[in-house]
Amino acid sequence: MQRSNDASGPALLAAWRRVEHGFDAAFGSARNPLRQLGALGFLAFWLLAASGIYLYVFLDTSAAGAYRSIDQLAQQQPWLGGVLRSLHRYAADAFVILMAAHVAREWLHGHYRGFRRFSWLTGVPLVGLALVSAIGGFWIHWDRLGQYSAIASTEWIDALPLLSSPLARNFLSSDAVNDRLFSLLVFVHVGVPLLLLFGLWFHIQRLTRAAVFPPRSLSAGLLVTLLLLALVLPVTSHAPADLASLPQALRLDWILLFVHPLAEATSPIAAWAVVAGGLALLVVLPFMPQPARAPVAIVDPANCNGCRRCFADCPFAAITMVPHPNQRIGKQMASVDADLCAGCGICAGACPSSTPFRSATELVTGIDMPQATIGALRGRLQHGLAALKAERPIVVFGCDRGARVESLAAPDVAAISLLCTGQLPPSFVEYALRDGAAAVLVSACREGGCEFRLGERWTDERLRGAREPHLRANVAREQVSLAWAGVGDEATLRQALDSLRCAVGGLRHA
Amino acid sequence: MPDARPTTWRAWTGQVLLYTMFAAAIGVFSRWPVYHPIGDDQALIKVSLTHAGKPLGECRAQTEAELAKLPPNMRAPTKCPRERSPVTIEVDINGTPALRRVAAPSGLSRDGASALYQRIVIGAGEQRIAVRVNDDARQTGFPYQREATVKLAPAQVLVIDFDAEQGGITWQ
Repeated sequence: MQRSNDASGPALLAAWRRVEHGFDAAFGSARNPLRQLGALGFLAFWLLAASGIYLYVFLDTSAAGAYRSIDQLAQQQPWLGGVLRSLHRYAADAFVILMAAHVAREWLHGHYRGFRRFSWLTGVPLVGLALVSAIGGFWIHWDRLGQYSAIASTEWIDALPLLSSPLARNFLSSDAVNDRLFSLLVFVHVGVPLLLLFGLWFHIQRLTRAAVFPPRSLSAGLLVTLLLLALVLPVTSHAPADLASLPQALRLDWILLFVHPLAEATSPIAAWAVVAGGLALLVVLPFMPQPARAPVAIVDPANCNGCRRCFADCPFAAITMVPHPNQRIGKQMASVDADLCAGCGICAGACPSSTPFRSATELVTGIDMPQATIGALRGRLQHGLAALKAERPIVVFGCDRGARVESLAAPDVAAISLLCTGQLPPSFVEYALRDGAAAVLVSACREGGCEFRLGERWTDERLRGAREPHLRANVAREQVSLAWAGVGDEATLRQALDSLRCAVGGLRHA
Repeated sequence: MPDARPTTWRAWTGQVLLYTMFAAAIGVFSRWPVYHPIGDDQALIKVSLTHAGKPLGECRAQTEAELAKLPPNMRAPTKCPRERSPVTIEVDINGTPALRRVAAPSGLSRDGASALYQRIVIGAGEQRIAVRVNDDARQTGFPYQREATVKLAPAQVLVIDFDAEQGGITWQ
């Protein structure tokens, strides 16, 4: 079986994983912020929206009044207005940092190709919209920093041969900056984030249960962090804008306004090359030569009863329910959109027909993976158990994308790796125990770390009996263990196996 | 089943440390290092104009035959070329050429205004500035000229514009 994210993969990916594992130790894998970057970005956006709406209530949208209104807000309402103003800025900084980290993580994991191409490509324009929103926010405050940013931005845009009259002429003198222009700037700062929100909606269209809010503890953590920062280090204004002179020293927000010094240190065209080239590279990435796509799930109408479990469990919304060809009124069956299918097999694990107890010689289930069928899985399990001569054999089910279960090879172990642990129907655990196994160890990736988003979560819930298809209550829980072991976690897996051996040994001797 | 939520004091310490690092990164790089868009002893001249040059050719009277070929509502007695002259501007500072640009007229028919925007960073203090503008390709030399000695404070912005209605070259 080919392992696409082996621990010996690219050095950068390995380094990222080490950092991620370090965060696991502090936050726990399910609440690791590095695995929740998209959701945290959404939270930062909601904070921006909420604080921005409040600021807008008090903003005087005239050229002469904007500065005074923001400054007075901070003075007259230091606890609410002042803090929300600082929170607005810091949430924007956080949003850009989280967005950059999100892009880096998805790139390192190769999440830009195949079935993820749509999500990747719809994410690229969001980077540009986020930067436009952020830069425009400085303008409408109209202090020295806003003045500098407005002029630097328009001069940068004027470097492109797009407009017959230079945009920077709008900021030649104080007379040029009239209320009409200022209303336009405010409109842009409100309109572009709305476009961004619309783009975000597109961005998550092909994800089931997309996380637009991070886990509660992480949400609280980010909110408290930004609030404390706003209290300890409140954002203050520069002097009011004065177009008759240049600001000589600026407390520049390098996270949001980095492009201005970049253009001045190099040239406007060079800065365009960096920004446009970077975005173009992101667009081109999904079209670069890439490994062949995994075979997609296939539905067998004769074995599909239209229960909708695969529809509910598919992490990428690749399954829809369509009228069943058997013509019975109201009867449905699953249908797979090949373009969206990740080839993870989670649907096969959800199918009630995927039970090895069926008496048919050839086990055919309702929805299955052609490269690793449920029938073949039963054959591998039977063969593996038959080959073990140990007194207390143990079956280990693992994941091709997680810790290598093959590394546990031992005379008492039958290791079976699946496309994703979510491909395992819980009935196989019971079947293994009835077929001679003393215990079953199921290895899933660290919580929140599933390559296919939800495989480890569904596996846990199915084994706990919290999700269909569930592991039946009559199965002795002492004989079943679930280990969270992602790429490189072979030691954790081995430890879990040793614990299970001890537990099973104790059971037998008791 | 395993509980993957660490609750030890080391985990809490780690969380506090990581949140603090995140806040510190934002707190620091949202205001530091201080950026200096211009040197302490420098000033800025912005040379900018948007001005439609004079027509490139003379207007001429249309002949009777030409008028007859036109629809009645389009029979104007004179016909003027659409294309405008490019606008040439030269700036000397203390007798040294600092800028010479020829701004082409905009538009597909080159009948729009010429536009120009150029920054010139110079030392603060007294400067002798001479500006010349020609907006007529049929004329040699510079019909608009202005020269003056100005004293620029550090970081001051001097805008050199062109407004034909105000007599040509303007300073602000």
